[in-house]
Amino acid sequence: MFGFSEEEIRRYSRHIILPEVGGRGQKKLRESRVLVVGAGGLGSPVAMYLAAAGIGTLGLVDMDRVELSNLQRQLLHTTADAGELKVESARRRLAALNSQLRLELHPVRLGADNVASLISGYDVVVDGVDNFPARYLLNDACVLAGKPLVEGGLLRFHGMAMTIVPGSGPCYRCVFPEPPPPGAVPSCSEAGVIGAAAGIIGTVQATEAIKVLLGIGRPLVGRVLTVDVLEGTYRTVEWGKNPRCPVCGEHPTITSLRELAEYDLACDLPGAGTRAP
Amino acid sequence: MKADRELDLKGEICPYTFVKSKLALEEIAVGEVLRVVVDYPPAVENVPRSMENEGNEVLSVQPIGPSQWEIMVRKVG
Repeated sequence: MFGFSEEEIRRYSRHIILPEVGGRGQKKLRESRVLVVGAGGLGSPVAMYLAAAGIGTLGLVDMDRVELSNLQRQLLHTTADAGELKVESARRRLAALNSQLRLELHPVRLGADNVASLISGYDVVVDGVDNFPARYLLNDACVLAGKPLVEGGLLRFHGMAMTIVPGSGPCYRCVFPEPPPPGAVPSCSEAGVIGAAAGIIGTVQATEAIKVLLGIGRPLVGRVLTVDVLEGTYRTVEWGKNPRCPVCGEHPTITSLRELAEYDLACDLPGAGTRAP
Repeated sequence: MKADRELDLKGEICPYTFVKSKLALEEIAVGEVLRVVVDYPPAVENVPRSMENEGNEVLSVQPIGPSQWEIMVRKVG
């Protein structure tokens, strides 16, 4: 029975019944390693659904501590966790959800010096950061490493998600070649964000990660999902690779991890590299 | 008929009768036959129907004792 315990058969029965998953797919999930960068608004549903789904190993990157203002959307954390490292409060929540999950906690700031080694041990990376420097760094590192990356972003009432499979479709820079200038796009703390929308984008990201791991369906590769929850509109926009993309185009200017720049436009917030939305 | 794999599901209820039958079917080769024994009456209908929905060939369903049934199914896809 694929080496499943009685508990696993019961816990994952609704997956196993699906022809697209089955015992084979569930076993694959158990053998999978996913890195979630940011344990905040997006990272919460991503990590919780992946833990519940039976992903074998989940890595979590976040150096921040829980603040009361996080709790409006970051469901990994509770009121009692205020002041604690997010990865620690996430550990408790996720272990309670699924004790079989192996957790690898990385309470570090994502930077050019550590991004390659952070992503190297994982099959898929899920982006749940809240700032452009970290977002571009993660994109570049994943493209250069050929690592699938599930993108997600959120501001006010808008969200987006896309799946980047290097070589198969566009990367984040194909869609948005350069980070916006400092101050052009406000952060969630400045502009606000509707908490429940984080659940929409985060669960899309978790689903995309599972699709990529299992090789099923049609991931959001070459398509960008945009959501306007105020209007109730959900659209996917076709988007091809950009031949002039600086990282995955025909003549890339970003060719090695050494050249990964840490953009000097981070919000002046502590831990800006890994803060989650 | 000789089965390539036997699964004793006495004491098991739905949907786990089907979940476990499906897992066993996944593990055998196309063309091989799985024999499932159940004692949960709804499973006598549910398991063969679910097996067929997945494209497999149910060869027979018959009682083999008091409140015990044998389901023979050949893996197709």
